[in-house]
Amino acid sequence: MSQKILKRLQMNIRTYTMIFALLLIWFLFGILTDWVFFSPRNLSNLFRQMTIISFLACGMVLVIVTGNIDLSVGSVTGFVSAIAAALQAYILPSILPNLFTGYSPFAIGTISTIITIVSSLIIGVLVGVFQGVFIAYLRVPAFIVTLGGMLIFRGGVLGITQGKTIVPIHDTFRMIAQGYFSNEVGWIITFFVVIAIFYNTILNRTKKKEYGFQLQPLYRDILKAGLISLLIVVFVFLMNEYRGLQIPVFILAVVAAIIAYITNNTRFGRYAYAIGGNREATRLSGINIPKNIFLIFVLMGLLCGVAGIILTGYVAAGTIGAGLNYELDAIASCILGGTSTLGGVGTVYGAVMGSLIMASLANGMSVMNMDIFWQYIIKGLVLILAVYIDVATKKTR
Amino acid sequence: MDQDTILEIEHVTKEFPGVRALDDVSLEVKRGEIHGICGENGAGKSTLMKILAGVYPYGSYSGTIRMNGQELRFTDSSIRHAIEAGIAIVYQELTLVPGMTVGENIFLGKEPLEHGVIHWNKLYSESKRILDKFGIEISPHAVVKDLGVGKQQMAEIAKALSENASILILDEPTSALSEEEVGKLMEILRGLKNHGVTCIYISHKLEEFFKIADRVTVMRDGKVVITEDISHLTLERMVNYMVGREISERFPKGNRHPGEVIFQVENLWAEDPFQYGKEILKGVSCDLRKGEILGIAGLMGSGRTELVTTLFGELGKITRGRILLEGRAIAPCSAREAMELGISLVPEDRKMLGLVLIQSIVENITLPNLHRFSSFLRINKNAALQESIRYANELSIKAPHLHIPVETLSGGNQQKVVISKWLMSNPKILILDDPTRGIDVGAKYEIYKLMNQLSEQGVSIIMISSELEEVLGMSDRILVMCEGRSAGILPIGEATQEKIMALATGIDKHIYNRSRS
Repeated sequence: MSQKILKRLQMNIRTYTMIFALLLIWFLFGILTDWVFFSPRNLSNLFRQMTIISFLACGMVLVIVTGNIDLSVGSVTGFVSAIAAALQAYILPSILPNLFTGYSPFAIGTISTIITIVSSLIIGVLVGVFQGVFIAYLRVPAFIVTLGGMLIFRGGVLGITQGKTIVPIHDTFRMIAQGYFSNEVGWIITFFVVIAIFYNTILNRTKKKEYGFQLQPLYRDILKAGLISLLIVVFVFLMNEYRGLQIPVFILAVVAAIIAYITNNTRFGRYAYAIGGNREATRLSGINIPKNIFLIFVLMGLLCGVAGIILTGYVAAGTIGAGLNYELDAIASCILGGTSTLGGVGTVYGAVMGSLIMASLANGMSVMNMDIFWQYIIKGLVLILAVYIDVATKKTR
Repeated sequence: MDQDTILEIEHVTKEFPGVRALDDVSLEVKRGEIHGICGENGAGKSTLMKILAGVYPYGSYSGTIRMNGQELRFTDSSIRHAIEAGIAIVYQELTLVPGMTVGENIFLGKEPLEHGVIHWNKLYSESKRILDKFGIEISPHAVVKDLGVGKQQMAEIAKALSENASILILDEPTSALSEEEVGKLMEILRGLKNHGVTCIYISHKLEEFFKIADRVTVMRDGKVVITEDISHLTLERMVNYMVGREISERFPKGNRHPGEVIFQVENLWAEDPFQYGKEILKGVSCDLRKGEILGIAGLMGSGRTELVTTLFGELGKITRGRILLEGRAIAPCSAREAMELGISLVPEDRKMLGLVLIQSIVENITLPNLHRFSSFLRINKNAALQESIRYANELSIKAPHLHIPVETLSGGNQQKVVISKWLMSNPKILILDDPTRGIDVGAKYEIYKLMNQLSEQGVSIIMISSELEEVLGMSDRILVMCEGRSAGILPIGEATQEKIMALATGIDKHIYNRSRS
């Protein structure tokens, strides 16, 4: 009996390890920074800082789950960012005013921003198609293709920027990464999200009932939905204490929810897990593995596009160093979040949590004014430690 | 103890969950002899060898093993102990590093050093000495992957003998060799006697024993049936010893009425797509009726698995012959295409090829069938679960619920999951490759019942089995394979274990010739 309880406890600890780890790290930084770390302003910054890596981690989870890797995401993000900046600063300003004569500068800026966003996403997808074809259909290992891609698109960044910082970026574009919703809008969004959570819980229960499945006790489902809702409310409340809910965080929440849905509820997503779990068995089950892998790299490319847009808006420029080492942070986030390097295991939730931990470390150490070299060393050590704990708590074989 | 006895195995019993692999085995090997061991697949030969090699350590089995009068106790599962004791094993699958030279392979892990770096000259001269000593004509500088299978096998033997082994165990060394290579190998083995090496020789090919062995032990169902001087044995008697048992009531009687022929294989030849010119099928012909169970018997390496995986579109490149399904010629070239045609395959190795072990029962069952439960945007997980529950109940898969990972299930239940997954795809032809291997008797019975039920519903079944009893107990007709071709098709009324064995080992000509003369 006591063994059963212990076992259950162990399972729960594994499920919530990341939350514990996060709280521990936050608490430590709280003490070390005289609670500056917990100021609404800093928390607001922290969540905004995590978004770019989180977008990449959302895609990287699927890549790693299928047993692949993508080393190019940092360069691709930088590449998209450079093109977006070039469009904003040089190309579109020279074209649009001639096409849209008589429009106000603000209107032209908005049109420019929309064109830039769409172009950036298309470029991301094209990069994904390019690498995906090599990996999935021409069977070059992902490690090699994306290592090549890392160099190619870093070259692209240098070529486009010509070693200079590209400015200016239009205000509407900067809004995407730097903007806030007003408190009222924040609460309205929260309201609808909470409604959606409860509606979904009830809908799930009725559907299961229709199929005659045994249901969990109602209070447990309600409690779970309630807890998640509470977390969201607390979060929005804290953010409103500073300037409001950040637009990029909102975009991240939407994107992460979509990807999480895809991984759990579509054939595409489930096949990815099956491929990573046992490629041969999956192939013998009649599943088109190349197509699946290809689409995953296209999705990864699309997310690099999103990350590139946010990055450009965030720094309000295109820079030579844009996206440098992001691939490592994205991979580390996935691994911290419980994604298995052997494939077949990993969640979007975990990856986002992992990137929050990575961002917390970076943010906390900056607040402490720690030297940058220490920041690298500690991030590296934490990664190794986290995986060690994971290996040590798993049953040995 | 007799001075002439080098190895004494006494009352060794080894159990795996649900299976008694070795049952009170006692065996003596005389110094300097070549001792043949034969038996059907699963008779316990390999288990016995793994105990001798220390793969199953002391304590995991009961009984004693003595070598030169001293009891052997290999305490951990490292084969190092066995090597130190002087026992060397050459496995069926080669264990050389393909990219290294023969010399490097021979000295792998014990490279001669000079001032801390490898003494290459010594390594190669020593290798040469060893190869010459046993009459093996291979250059120590040759890279292993450039050698043919036969030469690799010999290099492997040289490596095994380089540790001054006094007992050399060969596990089906000739299964991949050509006639000529077999001849060379025999020569080398005969030469070993002069170097005081005792040889234990496991093989399916019974004739080989008459060429080379001094004594032969026949094993069956984990027991030693007999150990006899080769001069006192004949092929017929060996076959009888190998199969000599009665078929019990382990097979539920079906009520089958096979209908018209729906599937035909006509003189099918196929090549290994990865090895140019290597033929894996050399003329197979058979047909299958609606609602029939066609058993395929044959020894390991007879091409039975190659046949069904080729039919499933996953292995061979068809070079001659054709496959007809309901009168139409088909040529599936992937599992997907075969499935769309209504052919399903439950593969031989369920863990490697049949299951995603870390995923749940429901995920495994629905994997090939997800398209039925989903639109582009969504999988109807409730419907998928409902359908899975139906199959799980029908096949009585024993599990607390269907969301636990299949790796936690027993072998029998795992196999039922694999079968469920293919049943859900509603096949016209269900191919089962050794469906009851390594599972307990109760689960076997349930799988047999299911096979009967399916065939009564009109599904045609092709079943490969290593157990002759099973083939005889379940099939309507039996296709016997030998060396990549169909050696014969026996209606169940005419089939006996002896006839199947005779066809499968290719000694039918001997027996029939003799009985005629």
